[in-house]
Amino acid sequence: MAKQYVLTTINGETTEFLCETQQTMLDVLRDVVGLTGSKEGCASGDCGACSILVDGRLVCSCLMLGVEAEGKTITTVEGIAEGEKLHPVQQKFLEHAALQCGFCTPGFIVAAKALLDENPNPTETEARYWLAGNLCRCTGYDKIIRAVMDAAAEMRGETAR
Amino acid sequence: MNYIDSGLKVVGTRPIRPDGVDKVTGRAVFAADTRVAGMLWGKILRSPHAHARIVKIDTSKAEALPGVKSVCTAADFPDIPSEEAFVGEGPMNFRDLSLNIMARGKALYEGHAVAAVAATTPAIAGEALGLIDVQYEVLPFVIDVEDAMKDGAPILHDDMFTQGADPKPTKPSNIAKVVKFKKGDANAGFKDAEVIVEGRYTTKPVHQGYIEPHACLASYNADGQVNIHASSQGHFMIRAYTAKLLGIDMASIRVNPAEIGGGFGGKTLIYLEPVAVVLSRKAGKPVKIQMTREEVFRGSGPTSGAAIEVKIGAKKDGTIVAAQQVLKFQAGAFPGSPIGPGCMCGFALYDIPNVDVLGYDVVSNRPKVAAYRAPGAPITSFAVESLLDELADKLGIDPLALREKNAAKNDTKTHYGPTHQNIGFEAVLAATRSHPHWKTPVKPGQGRGLACGFWFNIGGESTATVHVNEDGSVTVATGSPDIGGSRASMGMMVAEVLGVDISRVRTTVADTASIGFTHLTGGSRVTFATGMAATQAAEKVRDDLKKRAAQIWEIPVDAVEWKDGKAYPAGSNAGAFEPLDLEAIALKAARTGGPINAEVSVNAQGAGAGFGAHICDVSVDKETGHVTIERYTAVQDVGKAIHPSYVEGQIQGGAAQGIGWALNEEYIYNDKGQLENPGFLDYRCPVASDVPMIEAVLVEVPNPRHPFGVRGVGEVPIVPPMAAIANAIRDAAGVRMPDLPMSPPRLRAALDQAG
Repeated sequence: MAKQYVLTTINGETTEFLCETQQTMLDVLRDVVGLTGSKEGCASGDCGACSILVDGRLVCSCLMLGVEAEGKTITTVEGIAEGEKLHPVQQKFLEHAALQCGFCTPGFIVAAKALLDENPNPTETEARYWLAGNLCRCTGYDKIIRAVMDAAAEMRGETAR
Repeated sequence: MNYIDSGLKVVGTRPIRPDGVDKVTGRAVFAADTRVAGMLWGKILRSPHAHARIVKIDTSKAEALPGVKSVCTAADFPDIPSEEAFVGEGPMNFRDLSLNIMARGKALYEGHAVAAVAATTPAIAGEALGLIDVQYEVLPFVIDVEDAMKDGAPILHDDMFTQGADPKPTKPSNIAKVVKFKKGDANAGFKDAEVIVEGRYTTKPVHQGYIEPHACLASYNADGQVNIHASSQGHFMIRAYTAKLLGIDMASIRVNPAEIGGGFGGKTLIYLEPVAVVLSRKAGKPVKIQMTREEVFRGSGPTSGAAIEVKIGAKKDGTIVAAQQVLKFQAGAFPGSPIGPGCMCGFALYDIPNVDVLGYDVVSNRPKVAAYRAPGAPITSFAVESLLDELADKLGIDPLALREKNAAKNDTKTHYGPTHQNIGFEAVLAATRSHPHWKTPVKPGQGRGLACGFWFNIGGESTATVHVNEDGSVTVATGSPDIGGSRASMGMMVAEVLGVDISRVRTTVADTASIGFTHLTGGSRVTFATGMAATQAAEKVRDDLKKRAAQIWEIPVDAVEWKDGKAYPAGSNAGAFEPLDLEAIALKAARTGGPINAEVSVNAQGAGAGFGAHICDVSVDKETGHVTIERYTAVQDVGKAIHPSYVEGQIQGGAAQGIGWALNEEYIYNDKGQLENPGFLDYRCPVASDVPMIEAVLVEVPNPRHPFGVRGVGEVPIVPPMAAIANAIRDAAGVRMPDLPMSPPRLRAALDQAG
């Protein structure tokens, strides 16, 4: 079958690509567009390593078809920082040593940004449940949760920890 | 060797890791992220049967499919002889490894690779797998370890006769090996005991659960040279195994270490690389293979499940006088479970005069086990530390006091031979006793458990280079893949020795052609052994810098002092010249002997053993059997924490894996010997909402055999959690859970039985 033409916006850039109808958005990002920051950990929506934002909504890109990107606004981990300026969540992940191997990190960065966009003042429990769709096997989540809570405080303009 | 523990400026601080920005922005390149022109996609066909003779494989239809460029089976691999080697964290037989990556004659577990294809797209490769016709003769299978030991059990290997059995066996068996350790006279000890406790425990195999599936990209060139890009715990290991399995000399294989997305021991073996090389050779193009998550579960190694019997005898005052243990470990389809450490680690924590341990390494129709964090120790300690809780209860002694009374000290001789030296177990127990968690009364409705753990830690071969660049900045390269922040700790040790700011030091992981041999990242050895190489290389560079300064000033080298990153004239020349920093010396490098660098290779000995104690508070929902971890504290002797955040991270991560092992994780097989939960939805690793904050308490008892007092920290934290949680459940709900996982259905059944 002929490939489908898709016109979309990825990380602020108008992007067009051709994909097979059965190709997932994750495969399109990684293999067609060349954005490999989104990771495949399971391809079944269980690990969250491929998390992206679609019109601001948190989605596992392995559960979305590439053709569904038509007309949408997509943000991947590569689009979270503004140029050289890291997003507070990224900066706090570094400061809190909230990553070890770093493979799940892109998904957590995207999911945490989505959380703070929706709820700027989450409780620890709210953060833990929001991020329950992202698996990390290295950290035990402790430093990840601290980084997210600290980023939230900084984004609210609170400096005290 | 004397360690440095005063005047430290970099060691012990918490700088941002040098590879951090790449990893929070999605730029870090993991194994599956690399693409090259003309690359093919490889996929592997796996056996649907737990045990089957492979009668015939017809690949002609797959080969005829447009887009398919090569197909391979075991016939394309050298049939290599049995050869024992000790590599990584345990024994290895290269024939077994070869048979594990591609079945020859028999498929020994569901998920065993039987053929592979390379095609122009993943979809075509997938379609081609369906066109390979494999005729199987299905054989009886055995999954459980004790079933596999029975007379009349289906035999996996006709040529396997139990090693270490007396008398020498005449019939093949699934028991690969029997191991025994003895100290004193256990029978006499038990006669002397006033209280004896006994228990039987079982654990399930659990997967390391790294989030990055195995992946590699291999290119076999027309001249026989091979390039491999892969993530692993050791690119030198990939080179050695691929060379051995394919009969290629090592110099012709170059392995580039990709970032590794978790390993925990599971990436100390190879599965894909030789297959990709063979497919590439046959196709004349580079081939990339990445496992699906399902393949990771069906085809790569978990750690052993086990059955363990323990008996402990003590005096009324709590002094343990005798201990006995029988351990049966599943090895998977090939020998090599961590039965050795399993036999050693349970009683290694205690000073017991009479010990008798018997262990069995048993094959069955499951994936071959791979190392998993302190291999063997969590299993044996679940049993021993659970039974110690029973003993404390029976004696009416506080469980911490029981451990304090019997704790191994310096000069305690272990039952497996070595005598403990420079250990910090007593310091760990003291820190546990004085911790607020231990001192705070248990909340109503909750229960508290305590358990301890031990791991040897290892040293071994490592190489590091330190370069002072033309502008005085410093580049460090090592051969150790960075799993959890080792670039940071290596750079910090070098910065400390040279007296420069960490921002002037950058660390990389060099490929197999660019640095000397370096053993796996595993066994908690990198900060110790590779850190030793990096420190010594930095010391050589510092000596060289002093020599260069002496040359520039035309004074004797012993009249030069190195302080805070600068050479100072000392003694009678003090104050005679302006101090020279790295930049100033580097500027004149060409005139003082050329480039400034040093490479040091070590075979590090004296890795200090590690001890930990975990305190856990739980509540039990008696209606559902669900356990909530309310509070968790992990105390550990860490030697010297180079970067405390990453040390804490190791402890928190290990504890969380232990929580999963304790409460949820297991392999579920159906009656055909097929795995029913090969995915993250049904194989339930802990998620963020399953765990509380995990407080890591760093007790620093320096290891005098390392220049900064380092001992390994990554293994110990997974050892205590299972028993700590079991003991807490016992305290909260009054039931002893001897079988893992302590999942809601099991706990409900136990509560029902207890009435």
